[in-house]
Amino acid sequence: MSQGKNIGMPLKWQYPIRYGEETEVSADVLVLGGGLAGCFAAISAARKGLKVVLVDKSCTIHSGAAGTGIDHWMGCPANPASKVTPEEYTYPPVRGGYGNVIATYIMARDSYDVLLELEKMGMKIRDTEDEFKGADFRDEKTKLLFAYDYENKHCVRIWGTGMKPALYRECKRLGVDIYERTMVTSLLTEGGKQGARVVGATAVNTRIGEFYIFKAKASVLTMATPERVWIFSSEWTGLLGLDGPPSNAGNGHAMAWRAGAEFTMMERSDHEEFGGTTGIGSIIFGSGSNFATWYPCSIVDANGKEVPWVDVEGKPISTVWERTHPALGQGFFRFSTAAGGGEGAKRGFPSLIPDLPDRIRRGEFKLPLYADLPGMSKHERRAIFGLMVGQEGKTWPVYHFYTQAGFNPDEDLLQVYELGAAPLGWRRLRYGGLVHDWDMKTNLEGLYTAGQQVFDGAGASRACSTGRWAGNRAAEYAMRADEPVVSREQVNSEKARVYAPVERSHGIDWKELEAGIAKVMQDYCGDTKTEELMNIGLKSLSEIKEAEASTICARNPHELMRTLEVLDILACCEIIIQASLARKASSRWLSFERLDYPEDDPPQWRKWVTLKLEDNEVKVGELPLDYYGSLKESYEAHRK
Amino acid sequence: MVEKAYAAPNLVTPNKPVIFDDNVCNGCNRCIEVCMSDVFMPNPEKGKPPIILYPDECFYGGCCVKECPLHDKGAIRLNWPLMQRVRWKRKETGEHFRVGMLNPPPPNTRPPA
Repeated sequence: MSQGKNIGMPLKWQYPIRYGEETEVSADVLVLGGGLAGCFAAISAARKGLKVVLVDKSCTIHSGAAGTGIDHWMGCPANPASKVTPEEYTYPPVRGGYGNVIATYIMARDSYDVLLELEKMGMKIRDTEDEFKGADFRDEKTKLLFAYDYENKHCVRIWGTGMKPALYRECKRLGVDIYERTMVTSLLTEGGKQGARVVGATAVNTRIGEFYIFKAKASVLTMATPERVWIFSSEWTGLLGLDGPPSNAGNGHAMAWRAGAEFTMMERSDHEEFGGTTGIGSIIFGSGSNFATWYPCSIVDANGKEVPWVDVEGKPISTVWERTHPALGQGFFRFSTAAGGGEGAKRGFPSLIPDLPDRIRRGEFKLPLYADLPGMSKHERRAIFGLMVGQEGKTWPVYHFYTQAGFNPDEDLLQVYELGAAPLGWRRLRYGGLVHDWDMKTNLEGLYTAGQQVFDGAGASRACSTGRWAGNRAAEYAMRADEPVVSREQVNSEKARVYAPVERSHGIDWKELEAGIAKVMQDYCGDTKTEELMNIGLKSLSEIKEAEASTICARNPHELMRTLEVLDILACCEIIIQASLARKASSRWLSFERLDYPEDDPPQWRKWVTLKLEDNEVKVGELPLDYYGSLKESYEAHRK
Repeated sequence: MVEKAYAAPNLVTPNKPVIFDDNVCNGCNRCIEVCMSDVFMPNPEKGKPPIILYPDECFYGGCCVKECPLHDKGAIRLNWPLMQRVRWKRKETGEHFRVGMLNPPPPNTRPPA
């Protein structure tokens, strides 16, 4: 029955169906989202002896953006081998100040402690077998292995496929009550009012369709930015999810928006880059590359001619050593934000020559290109293919299946794919999220946040560090907070919304709706934006919401999950367009191009534009870029 | 000659993200529990491999394979779609290879670091 000729035939749903049946659960601290940030929030709150409930749409042992593994522990200047201080790492902020300095500093100060905690939980963080003894990137005293900048040692190579299993076991050990395959659909607020204290959440089970009402003194929202906004195809793997799994659908963004939480950076998106790293077409980090997991691998052309590298100032460099050591006066390698560069980024570390495609056209290099693992030193080759490939993202199967198929990094050149750019309008939201203070608290009482849920929040070490911080602060709040009172009226109206798709028998399905929404975003909120285009985009979304989306059908609880995801993605699209309309200036740093306001980053627009709903109307506000205040003092005052 | 024909909708693509060996898999359903996208559904026949209900939602993270108690015996293996099967070239000899080719070179048995 598992495959073969009866694919496509209707089958009986193999789980019981309990649509509409209610279960009520009370917690001191309710964690919404079970990725790295969520697990750490739950663990730190549970350590204070509180009743902690964690709700996860997927399976906590492997859920979230790092559910299948992670290779780099970025932003770890507090480790004993680092030559950079947490203050130097954080300040001055990169990308013209458009970065989350609070989250960056918490990560810079705490991520080494957090890494040691993960080690205690059973994740491997150092070269205990001395396999890499003598390697340039190894600190002999701690046996930690470093990536990118071997001089300053602020980014650690880790055995991150063990991270989620270790966190899951620790949650269980501490008695965290985990609800898996349970999709949170809304935040509950006091009196059902937008902008009021958050007192819990509603959820629906994605296999049996049961309804949950979670009541909590404090909640921590730790979900991810949506993977599927501009880019969607079910005919490419993982619904074309890129770095993150398909479950990263922006549910946290949508529910926080409806509850009245404040967002920023939602106008920033980046044109998707190919470069063999995106998972469009080829397997992410499963083809030859020189980037991230594959850094600093040499690339050669079809005749074995090496493609040159340049340093941060664009000057040619000739040795592998120079790819991993900053030149005199260049400071330490900087990652322009938690996760990757984007169009406006200044190069933070060496890379291949930027005009490679032109030089290929001129005949200087012959296609195809290959990653030259055999040409790298023994330790470097083993670290790239054997440690990093094997631990990052989807590369556990890459290591195992390529070697089974006979691939040998000592002898073989792996082909590089996808040198070209993505189609027009193919953009990604990676940075927009909730505004928060030094307690990782949002503008809503009782609602704390961490990980990718916050603006500029991506990255494993950032997620774990802010998750731990938010869990502690939420727990302290819960210890002095009043009992939560849930509005029955709010629950009833959410129940009606949630189950409507299973009660219909004729209408659009989630895939067609999602593809339609993605096209609206490509056409009206794409690489170049204008007031007129975006207003048509908003009008289109609103029409779709009233017409097609109000007919959406689901035939079982799994389809209901996807359906509710697409409705949340639609809400995210509206926030994105509203935010893009509100910033009436282009910004190189935000990869934001307005044809009607072409000047890049004029002084009056060097600020955060914020958005929230008040009485269901969009309210635009602003914050100074440096609203975080002083680093050390604020950190100490809020650490406790 | 085959005489049967089936009236069925087109398959979604990709449609076989993993391949089960019915002779090895004992239907323990561990893969169902660890799938981040919940692509499987239990087989109505106990002891049989799960049904791959939503192959188009597979993230190819490999959790189902890694966590399978019988994966060493071949109960389940990941099956990348054809468009993702990469090529490589042996540096010394210039020979070309591909994931999925017939008569592949002998496996490289070195475990990861």
